[in-house]
Amino acid sequence: MRLTQGTFSFLPDLTDDQIRAQIEYCLEQGWAVSVEYTDDPHPRNTYWEMYGHPMFDLRDAAGALEEVDACRKTFPNHYVKVNAFDATLGWEALRLSFIVNRPPEEPGFALDRAEREGRRLAYTTRPAAAGRERS
Amino acid sequence: MSDENAAAVLSEEDLDLEALYRDSNVRDALEALDRELVGLVPVKTRVREIAALLLVEKLRRRVGLEAEAPPLHMSFTGNPGTGKTTVAQRMAGILHGLGYVRKGHLVAVTRDDLVGQYIGHTAPKTKEVLKRAMGGVLFIDEAYYLYRPENERDYGQEAIEILLQVMENQRDDLVVIFAGYKDRMDRFFGSNPGMASRVAHHIDFPDYSEEELFAIAELLLEQMQYRLSEPAAQTLREYIGLRKAQPHFANARSIRNALDRARLRQANRLFERRDRGALSRSMLATIEPEDIRASRVFGAAEETS
Repeated sequence: MRLTQGTFSFLPDLTDDQIRAQIEYCLEQGWAVSVEYTDDPHPRNTYWEMYGHPMFDLRDAAGALEEVDACRKTFPNHYVKVNAFDATLGWEALRLSFIVNRPPEEPGFALDRAEREGRRLAYTTRPAAAGRERS
Repeated sequence: MSDENAAAVLSEEDLDLEALYRDSNVRDALEALDRELVGLVPVKTRVREIAALLLVEKLRRRVGLEAEAPPLHMSFTGNPGTGKTTVAQRMAGILHGLGYVRKGHLVAVTRDDLVGQYIGHTAPKTKEVLKRAMGGVLFIDEAYYLYRPENERDYGQEAIEILLQVMENQRDDLVVIFAGYKDRMDRFFGSNPGMASRVAHHIDFPDYSEEELFAIAELLLEQMQYRLSEPAAQTLREYIGLRKAQPHFANARSIRNALDRARLRQANRLFERRDRGALSRSMLATIEPEDIRASRVFGAAEETS
């Protein structure tokens, strides 16, 4: 199942040139770019692992692209995303976030059923990938 | 084959070097270099040569001839205050105008910015700086401090290795300029042969003559909207001659400092006479001989004579 989170996620995967252009746009806006990865792409999982520091003071996308490549090489079977953080007063938030790497096979999510008190049933989604990688 | 066909349809206009020169904003940059920097003939010649090379490369690419971007890492050697940083700044602008670097900003660093303090600290630090410099020019001042032969466990070596790797593999992304005193730089390159062979241009900045220093002073004053009275100009010439002979002379920087102090004294002189009527515009703009004469350079000269 194809994961659709973040900007551009309904489009075909971005090529390196497109990623470069997007990062270039972020830098033009004065946003700080950072790279994150995870094996647990649950929509409620806001905190992915940081790969290196957020890159402030960049002028050119080449540096950020290098980090993206390094992260993809280190974690080829993880999800990798690029975040752009806007530090302007009043915003202080992510302005753009898009996925730049997916595992070759996306196992999607499993629906777990739990029996609770009485005959109540509770359901929860669990990223199938997360369990497999960790155990 | 297709390259040759493409070349055939190019008109003469496309191969007009003059037009290309005119259209790129390099001409302004080169003219500004000539106008605003006094002397430095060998430096200007080399900058011109590099600009010409890049322009010709552009044309060669247009007609489909082999045109590999030349390596442009440079080493600027010279005494303090000979304009290394200023030229590096201009260089960044020129390279940007020629499309050799994408952004054309200058990141000036020294050893402290590259080398870490404990094991494992250097690589991320150097990479951070390199990332910031991507698309522009990385200016490493007093680069010889990176290499400390007396301490073989010095982390500088690690920074040098990372630099070398990036200089070799990412020529399109950044240009590195090393700067420092001539003799120490020679020793630095002597003990790092890999570095020496990857630096294509070694440019030596000569010391300024007294005439050139005076021209620099005039240029600086003009920028600050001051002027020298006739006798003050004479005094300044005298000052330059004396200052040049003294220790710690830093060429243009010393002149700039001297002028800043002269401005201070001029302000004080005008302040002292505040009860003697209003000032005129020309009084506010003029530096008189006594503003310069009060310098301790003259005192020292009298003492020794």
